[in-house]
Amino acid sequence: MVKLDRICREADVKVVFVRSYGLVGLVRVSVQEHTIIDSKPDHFLDDLRLNNPWPELYSFVETIDLNVSDHVAHKHIPYVVILVKMADEWTKSHSGNLPSTREEKKEFKDFVKSKMISMDEDNYKEAIEAAFKVFAPRGISSEIQQICNDTCAEPSSNSSDFWVMVAALKEFVSNEGDGEAPLEGSIPDMTSSTEHYINLQKIYLAKAEADFLVMEKRVKNILKRIGRDPSSISKPTIKSFCKNARKLKVCRYRTVEDEFSNPSVTEIQKCLADEDYSGAMGFYVLLRAVDRFTANYNKFPGQFDGGMDEDISRLKTTALSLLADLGCNGSVLPDDLINEMCRFGASELHVVAAFVGGIASQEVIKLVTKQFVPMLGTYIFNGIDHKSQLLTL
Amino acid sequence: MADLEAPQSKTRDLDKLLLRAGNLVGPDFYPGAELRDDIRDYVRVLVVGAGGLGCELLKDLALSGFRNLDVIDMDRIEVTNLNRQLEDVGKPKAEVAAKRVMERVSGVEIVPHFSRIEDKELDFYNDFNIIALGLDSIEARRYINGVACGFLEYDEDDTPRRETIKPMVDGGTEGFKGHARVIVPGVTPCFECTIWLFPPQVKFPLCTLAETPRNAAHCIEYAHLIKWPEVHGGKSFDPDEPEHMKWVYDEAIKRAELFGIPGVTYSLTQGVVKNIIPAIASTNAIISAACALETLKIVSGCSKTLANYLTYNGGEGLHTKVTEFVRDQDCLVCGPGILIELDTSITLQKFIDMLEEHPKLLLSKASVKHGKDSLYMQAPPVLEEMHRPNLSKPLYDLMGRVQKDTVHVFGTALKNEEKQSSLTKLRVVFKGADGVTDMDTAIGA
Repeated sequence: MVKLDRICREADVKVVFVRSYGLVGLVRVSVQEHTIIDSKPDHFLDDLRLNNPWPELYSFVETIDLNVSDHVAHKHIPYVVILVKMADEWTKSHSGNLPSTREEKKEFKDFVKSKMISMDEDNYKEAIEAAFKVFAPRGISSEIQQICNDTCAEPSSNSSDFWVMVAALKEFVSNEGDGEAPLEGSIPDMTSSTEHYINLQKIYLAKAEADFLVMEKRVKNILKRIGRDPSSISKPTIKSFCKNARKLKVCRYRTVEDEFSNPSVTEIQKCLADEDYSGAMGFYVLLRAVDRFTANYNKFPGQFDGGMDEDISRLKTTALSLLADLGCNGSVLPDDLINEMCRFGASELHVVAAFVGGIASQEVIKLVTKQFVPMLGTYIFNGIDHKSQLLTL
Repeated sequence: MADLEAPQSKTRDLDKLLLRAGNLVGPDFYPGAELRDDIRDYVRVLVVGAGGLGCELLKDLALSGFRNLDVIDMDRIEVTNLNRQLEDVGKPKAEVAAKRVMERVSGVEIVPHFSRIEDKELDFYNDFNIIALGLDSIEARRYINGVACGFLEYDEDDTPRRETIKPMVDGGTEGFKGHARVIVPGVTPCFECTIWLFPPQVKFPLCTLAETPRNAAHCIEYAHLIKWPEVHGGKSFDPDEPEHMKWVYDEAIKRAELFGIPGVTYSLTQGVVKNIIPAIASTNAIISAACALETLKIVSGCSKTLANYLTYNGGEGLHTKVTEFVRDQDCLVCGPGILIELDTSITLQKFIDMLEEHPKLLLSKASVKHGKDSLYMQAPPVLEEMHRPNLSKPLYDLMGRVQKDTVHVFGTALKNEEKQSSLTKLRVVFKGADGVTDMDTAIGA
């Protein structure tokens, strides 16, 4: 495993290791660096900027009167308009600050509620539920900040397209963005008249487009600076980057060699002592112990029906010495696990292979398509009680 | 690694688990060649569903020592189905699945059933040791759950009787997410016990559809739910009928144009109307593998089993989790059955009428079965006529004059404002009946 990993790492080839052993298995991804623009997270907050409206959004909101007398019109004002207006009123009477303490937040929600004229106003109910978007901190997340501060964000002629765009993002955030990333541009569905909704959509799309054009310019300039063709990163790529700027991900994996020679001692000890993790960590150790055993005795423990007791005792010794090498002298491996490992006798069951094979193929798809996020860790499949775990080693 | 001592055997790997004793095994594990051979020769497994999950399940089970499999599915293969060869389009899924797996694995016998699960007799399901589900709807799961739990009998101290326990393994997938669960009626929660796990389906408010549509889905659902009944009156909409789907699409386009809303396409129309969630082959492979593994473990006892619900999510990294849910003691389906106390004079007709009024049942058009005897059947007309004379007879007499016993009732129940086929178990106790009853005849025929 170490050798293959080293070769692939040097050749910049992505590797996914899979192993099926009795009722247990292992899946491990190994890549120097895998950057993702299209991470497609399951749940991600929309980019409404209720806590930081820009001039055009503001102007649009001003054209709508919340206190319109027509009841139908009153309950078809989208909550974006309601919250931007109310947040503005609040900040004016609170020295330019948005609600921050618990009491203030409650007060703000009550303030919104007070504008309801009847109980069936869904738009106001949505506004109250979405009020937390007003309290959310402005600007980019710490994760994106970290990516922007990464050493790779200093563009050079070797930089990948991803990092060139991150460099542009960094510039954007410090300048035109005023702390914010390019606007994503889409808005969620909400109770509203069709007219208001479509107008609102147009305003968000327009700002997203404007931000994109700025980013495009910056990307071209950076490409020129590092001696590359300014049109070498396509418009659709930059557009996708802008839309996903808040959701970027960078995955880096230790080499297998590093994992083996510099073990995460605290992590291993912690997992071995934890009720939910001890099975998975135990099998991780045992899978490695089994390989040591094989190197010494030229067969797998329990491979043959005869000599089982001897194999069990030898595997135990091997495992304990491995634990010592991992810096975990005091840790214990339950005898049951050692016995099971010998019982397995290096058998390969179709269903276990199918399970870990399925996991591995899923990871390959994610790595190849650069969409969704690959697993960050070593997955140990525990087919006995299904308390499989992703171990960070 | 050359295996010098033992000759190569097809079951070499399985043997290690089935022939060797272990510590982390099931409570009734008797390792040995006999166990392996019994699984091969006598154990029968039913796979319900021959879609993405069902096909994987058949293959996994066939390669795990099972030789006697049945598969049931009422659909034919469509072009959009995964993992099929084009020449198979139009053929029944069950038949093609059976054929393909038998081609790949020599020695396995798979009997396909091209039919609806409701059209099979209860006895059909009783012939299997375990049922593996690869379904895509809550209704179908509920039905099979009702059937399997219907076999369950309790003894005097309300302990489930082991020989009546019909275990099920259920898998489900949706994009990158999936679950696998083990259901042992009377021991683990059944499907009904944990029905609250399923969030209600998203429905758009009617006023949005009717007055203020904002996106393409609203326009489509307007055409589907409002315009269609308006124009077509009694004729029900059939999502599998291309002409119906085209009609909805055209109307949705008109509406979208009227409101200036972009995005209506034929494919989106299908997706919204049929509630289609794209399937990923690897998720199906993973979940079916987990289900097949549990099936092997339950049948053989060769290892401890999943207790009892596994969730999987592979979109953002990888997350798997096991949750041990607890049975609902009052479950209408896997519990000892709702207690119904009756007078010995009550007629079968009156009993059937009572079921409709009963607050926990609300069961209309009920058919009644006592053990193997059908007391009354609503359909087909021939059998209805045959059983009609029973309606005026006292239920007590029809049930053999026992003081208490179990009956199964099947009909249409109103659950959450929706009508669904329902199979429920009832404990009938007759008041004022002679307490001296021969216990041997008390438990059904």
